Amino acid sequence: MTMTPRRRRLYWVLGILAGVALAGTLALQAFRSNVTFFFDPTQVSAGAVKSGQRFRLGGMVEKGSLVRQAGQLEVRFAVTDFKSTVKVRYTGVLPDLFREGAGVVAHGRLNTDGEFIADEVLAKHDEKYMPPEVARSLKKGEPRSGN
Amino acid sequence: MSKINRFVLPLAGFALLVVLLAVGLKQAPEKGIIISPLVGKPAPGFELPDLLQPGNKVASSQYQGQWYLVNVWGSWCVACRVEHEALLQIKAQSRVPIIGIDWNDADDAGLEWLSKLGNPYTRVASDSEGRTAIAYGVTAAPESFLINPDGVIVKKQTGVMTPESWQRDFLPLVAGAAR
Amino acid sequence: MIPEIGHFALILALLLALVQAGFGLLGPRSGQPRYVEAIPFAVAGQFVFTALAMGCLVTSFVQYDFSVKYVAENSNSALPLFYRISALWGAHEGSLLLWIFVLSVWTVAVTIKSRSLPQSFMARVLGILGLLSVGFLLFTLATSNPFLRLDPAVPDGRDLNPVLQDFALAIHPPMLYTGYVGLSVAFAFACAAMIEGKLDQTWARWTRPWTTLAWSFLTAGIALGSWWAYYELGWGGFWFWDPVENASFMPWLVSTALIHSLAVTDKRGLFKSWTLLLAICGFSLSLLGTFLVRSGVLVSVHSFAADPTRGIFILAFLVLVIGGALALYAWRAPLLKSQAGFEITSRESFLLFNNILLVIAAAVIFGGTMAPMVSDALGQGALSVGPQYFNPSFLLPVLPLLALLSVGMHAGWKRGNLARVRRPVLGTLALAVALSVAVCFGAYDFDAVLMPVGVALGIWIALSALVDPIDRLRRGLSLPAGILGMSVAHIGLALLTIGITVVQSATKELDTAVAIGSSAKLGAYQFRFDSTKAMEGPNYSALQAQVTVLHGGKVAAVLAPQKRSYWVQQSPMTEAAISARWDRDLFAAMGEDLGNKTWSLRLQVRPLIQFVWFGALIMMIGGIISGLDRRYRVPKEARDVELVAGAAAAGPAA
Repeated sequence: MTMTPRRRRLYWVLGILAGVALAGTLALQAFRSNVTFFFDPTQVSAGAVKSGQRFRLGGMVEKGSLVRQAGQLEVRFAVTDFKSTVKVRYTGVLPDLFREGAGVVAHGRLNTDGEFIADEVLAKHDEKYMPPEVARSLKKGEPRSGN
Repeated sequence: MSKINRFVLPLAGFALLVVLLAVGLKQAPEKGIIISPLVGKPAPGFELPDLLQPGNKVASSQYQGQWYLVNVWGSWCVACRVEHEALLQIKAQSRVPIIGIDWNDADDAGLEWLSKLGNPYTRVASDSEGRTAIAYGVTAAPESFLINPDGVIVKKQTGVMTPESWQRDFLPLVAGAAR
Repeated sequence: MIPEIGHFALILALLLALVQAGFGLLGPRSGQPRYVEAIPFAVAGQFVFTALAMGCLVTSFVQYDFSVKYVAENSNSALPLFYRISALWGAHEGSLLLWIFVLSVWTVAVTIKSRSLPQSFMARVLGILGLLSVGFLLFTLATSNPFLRLDPAVPDGRDLNPVLQDFALAIHPPMLYTGYVGLSVAFAFACAAMIEGKLDQTWARWTRPWTTLAWSFLTAGIALGSWWAYYELGWGGFWFWDPVENASFMPWLVSTALIHSLAVTDKRGLFKSWTLLLAICGFSLSLLGTFLVRSGVLVSVHSFAADPTRGIFILAFLVLVIGGALALYAWRAPLLKSQAGFEITSRESFLLFNNILLVIAAAVIFGGTMAPMVSDALGQGALSVGPQYFNPSFLLPVLPLLALLSVGMHAGWKRGNLARVRRPVLGTLALAVALSVAVCFGAYDFDAVLMPVGVALGIWIALSALVDPIDRLRRGLSLPAGILGMSVAHIGLALLTIGITVVQSATKELDTAVAIGSSAKLGAYQFRFDSTKAMEGPNYSALQAQVTVLHGGKVAAVLAPQKRSYWVQQSPMTEAAISARWDRDLFAAMGEDLGNKTWSLRLQVRPLIQFVWFGALIMMIGGIISGLDRRYRVPKEARDVELVAGAAAAGPAA
């Protein structure tokens, strides 16, 4: 069966449509189940996160909150936006620029005690950098004095 | 669908993308980079621990009603060392209080720096968490902000302050207002 | 003085670019040949001045001229010479200058190599390239001048960002930019053809070598970036679906599609409008990538300090260039008609599927990259899209792509008789499956379904790519560089496929606390943490660990990962240690001191990861071989004679 131009165009269109539809459906599926949203500590404290939902928590690592038992990989710290604070537990290697008082973004889930169990902790390779969501939520929580 | 339409589709898609990018661009200042409150806007308030007198606070409210210069520095900052000389000179020549904000620094390191190089500051606030620096939109130390008696930033210097730039850009503002 | 000369040279380059653009686009209409004849001089002049500007900035870096703001911000008196030079493109301003310089080099190459093309066509091509140059020069001079002075000078610089002080990353930007900018040649050819309204397949033939070469550089650039991320960032992965990586990967996918559709347009005169669109999209995506990275619209771990005013400029430029090209397309493409037909089993249809699948893959990535922005723009909150989305969605079009590739390589043009090629197709497939099963079950623990599938596809592609060249040699036929290059590139792809599959499914990794003197077990390997000691580099101090890796009681490697602290920027940096062998990498990185003489360590065993880099390297070599094929050299008569459709097609060759 030799393809006439018209016929070929039909194949073209059908092929593209089928491919796009299939890829679109599956990609959307993957998208919906795998996208993670960002929440700041205030939102978390207010119960904005559904239980068991994986999300990103961002804010500042609270000064003096970093606790680790000598020789243990597990570390606990608190993430704050200066209004609310969420306790975080993480087992793994922390990034280079992780430090108290610096901005941080952690991926993970809340456990039943309201503690955030992180499976990934990120800090950027630039000490002036502030994760965008963190900067935004910190700005909201900025203490205003004077006028 | 007529024939022409088909070839216009990419252009239409691109137009949509441009709208999206433009919206994204409008919101971009809130992302990644921290925007500085523009000159002419009220200075962000702060209340920070006093580096030199532990237990005391340095607060913007204490300087309400007068001119003052906020200088953001850190002992880790090479350019600040360069600027230090200039600040000492400015302190000697002018009556404008200089509030130092020791940014992202260990208090010990900051104190050692001041004792070794001299203290050009009227008061020094310890901003070890970097909150105030964020509020001021500091991207790289040193940065200086001149604030008027109404609490408004009238001038900002990114980078090293020199006696010349102080004479040329800052002092006339203070003097002009006094007249 | 030197920075001022550089600045002035850029201004002169801008003037010449304006001349090139103006004469190129308007000259052919004016009917005055002298305008067109002047263009090569503008091109040459522009090259001289951009090279001079580059030289001036390099000189400032080499001579530690910290009165230049850009130098002060990106280097330091303790920075070694090599990195003082590569610091040139370490940040936004200098990398733009590099971009302009690369564009100028491509323009010169096109001018020299395409002298025999019709004069009005060449004038328009150079006019478009000149227009691009004008845009970038204006952008640099207006918003990102690298020659600005710092008054007064600082005694020492802020230093180059420590993560950029690395060999692979030093040569990554030039490679990547050569690729990005090289796509502008295909873009310019397509636009010139549309302006002329001569949309037969000749433009496709002339474009092929340029596109293939640009693609080779893009391949190398992306692979270098990925290699760097692997050993330098200390995370141990090599692809993170980060917006910046995606920004370079999308043009790669589209230009891969373009290479294949150009072949069809050249040989058979088909897919003409589609090829035009791909040529526009390839370069547009690399411009878009620049926009996304530079404007702060998308935030990424790699991005430069963002600046919205620059964003507005680039957006305006995008609208002009891409919008203009697409408008031209909407106007001209309806004139195109393809007459020839082809069968569903012919090579054309396989290449059609190749194109559709590659474009779907690019679209999937585009969607994932833009989603956070869309969500933000619609006020739906900040979301992030990670590998959990990208991996499966990308695999979806790519698996059938790889499967169809092997069959497609055996199919003939126009009338593919699959019955005739059944033997090579099935033979190679059977061999591939047998080998894959043997390898997967023999060497690795079988725990992922995709592993034998991916390995089998890789081996199948490699075997299939060998069939045609071997057949030609056996029959005493010549082996043109085009075909050789194609086979080599496909073998590279096969190695890449095998490498990625095995790394993804058989990597073992562990973050663990290890006390000095004790060890951690990972798969068949034992990582023994021996000691730590302090040491000093040229511009940093470090704590270095010694980790001995044992395999079956014998020492397999001694690793020395470091935790560095660079003096000037004061940022800690993890320097991972990797022992590379052809069949596996052993990886160790130091986390932090946990107290009690215990450190957190990140340990990994990554089988066949070398295949990823070598695969990419071989793909690049294949592209270069193919791009230099003499058959693509434009014959002298091209000025007068138009190439006849498919006349040069001899046998099943792409």
